[in-house]
Amino acid sequence: MKWKKTKEIIIFSLLRLSALFIVIALGVMLFYIFSGGIGKISWEFISSFPTNGMKSGGIFPMIVGTLSLMILTMFIALPIGIFSALYLVEYAKPGRFTDIIRLAVHNLAGVPSIVYGLLGLGLFVLFLGFGLSLISAAFTLAIMVLPIIITASQEALYAVPKNIREGALALGSTKWETTRYHVLPYALPGMLTGSILALSRAAGETAPIIMTGAAFYMTHLPSSIFDEFMALPYSIYTLSTESSDVQVIRPIVFGAIIVLLLIVLGMNLIAISLRNYYRKKYRW
Amino acid sequence: MKFNKYKFWRYDYKKIRKLKDNIIRKILFGFGLTAIIFILLILIFLLVEGLPFFFEADGADFFTDDVWDPSSPNEPRYGILPMILGTFLVTLGAIIIAVPIGIGCAIYLSEIAHPKIRETLKPIIEILAGIPSVVFGFFALIILSKWIDEFFNATTKLNALTGSIMLAVMMLPIIISLSEDAIRSVPREMKEASLALGLSKWDTIKGVVLPAAFSGITAGVILGVARAIGETMTVLMATGNAPVISFDMLTSMRTMTATIAIEMGEVPYGSTHYHALFAIGIILFIITLFVNFTASIIRRRFRERY
Repeated sequence: MKWKKTKEIIIFSLLRLSALFIVIALGVMLFYIFSGGIGKISWEFISSFPTNGMKSGGIFPMIVGTLSLMILTMFIALPIGIFSALYLVEYAKPGRFTDIIRLAVHNLAGVPSIVYGLLGLGLFVLFLGFGLSLISAAFTLAIMVLPIIITASQEALYAVPKNIREGALALGSTKWETTRYHVLPYALPGMLTGSILALSRAAGETAPIIMTGAAFYMTHLPSSIFDEFMALPYSIYTLSTESSDVQVIRPIVFGAIIVLLLIVLGMNLIAISLRNYYRKKYRW
Repeated sequence: MKFNKYKFWRYDYKKIRKLKDNIIRKILFGFGLTAIIFILLILIFLLVEGLPFFFEADGADFFTDDVWDPSSPNEPRYGILPMILGTFLVTLGAIIIAVPIGIGCAIYLSEIAHPKIRETLKPIIEILAGIPSVVFGFFALIILSKWIDEFFNATTKLNALTGSIMLAVMMLPIIISLSEDAIRSVPREMKEASLALGLSKWDTIKGVVLPAAFSGITAGVILGVARAIGETMTVLMATGNAPVISFDMLTSMRTMTATIAIEMGEVPYGSTHYHALFAIGIILFIITLFVNFTASIIRRRFRERY
């Protein structure tokens, strides 16, 4: 009996240890990155162009590139994602065809990001002739985050109680009026939360943009959506694998990572707190 | 007269509403199809750009040749074996590290942890899931590789083990959240019955909870594996990228994803090399599709049970 008790204590501490491992892993990573780059962060660093072949100066064009890529991606992915979720939840009749669509969404979510890059290169860059550009990369990333937005929007729509829809229909609203005025307003916060999370993933994604338009070094901001662009994740990759002048370049990489983390984790934080706020606001 | 006019207008309005409803229904149906269209587009473009490779080069060599040297001027060789082995070994290493820790953490979160601890741990796991892969790659490249080199006296400074450890950390959030869901959906009565029969808490977890949640946990692990196979930037920056056949985890290796990412920037569009990279994409697509499919079948079975 006593042995059994000690065994349980040992096992439970092992389980505790595995949870601790995650906290430590995250803590160590963030500690090294922030302690390596926090001295580099200044207004000048984020608002000026890189100079001297990226060996000095700031990361302004990368920040602009990443942000404009995110905005473009959002404008493409959000309507498609929300409307497909509306179709799947509100309009689709259960059956084989709907199952196939769901399966497609599911499998789209599992495709590796590099394969999206191949699609972007084949379809947008070469076939449609957009070239290596902001718009090619945005379309590629939009397709990549689409399954996340669809899934999140579906969940938000399912959370709206059925009797709201039935009430509106019973009063003579058409299907679309019901969806537009009685379902969508309640589901929208949930949809937006999921979409912000999806966009934060797009912001940090590197592999697809390598092939669709990210540039190593540019002296100007992209002049149109058909221009190449610099992006934070791609610059982090190229600069950290650069072998010359490590002492000079490394602090810039650390700084760029901190800015990227602040953008990505900041969006995550906004999404999580939005979710908690609306969870409290709407209780059915 | 005025009354009639109103009535006429009202009748029309009803018709317009109906018409509008029908048009929107059709538009939404079009949007519903997008997921299928994109899956087909991926398939089409992979095949259109990848299949020519098998006509230009000897297709059989692709799977049997053990050398990948596409840029050799006199005799370019396209053997995918080193990359398949690289992906396999790096993923296997990540599984060995991540599965016990992930499942252990899920058990801790759902069965043992105080609610307050759980509420603080869950956002931490969400943050870990949100960190971009290039940041993991950077950490592996700059810091982790140094530690591994000092501790294990590695053959090459960047090696498969570094990649495996970093991938394991990336897989953990998926494994934990799906396993935790599975453990939590085990009916309470089952646990209570076991405890009422006098079994200890650990015996209940081991004998009742884990077997009941087994298929859900398996699905979580498989989805984690799918992510590891498809991950590009972390392995690209961590494993050193030498396309050699080796079973030593402390040597440099190269995965399929890394090969595409490294070489796609340098190849002329339309060359044999270019088509070969798309052919690797086809293999990658098939593998991840298969893995995801398995996971969703297992998950569905698990959901039907409870």
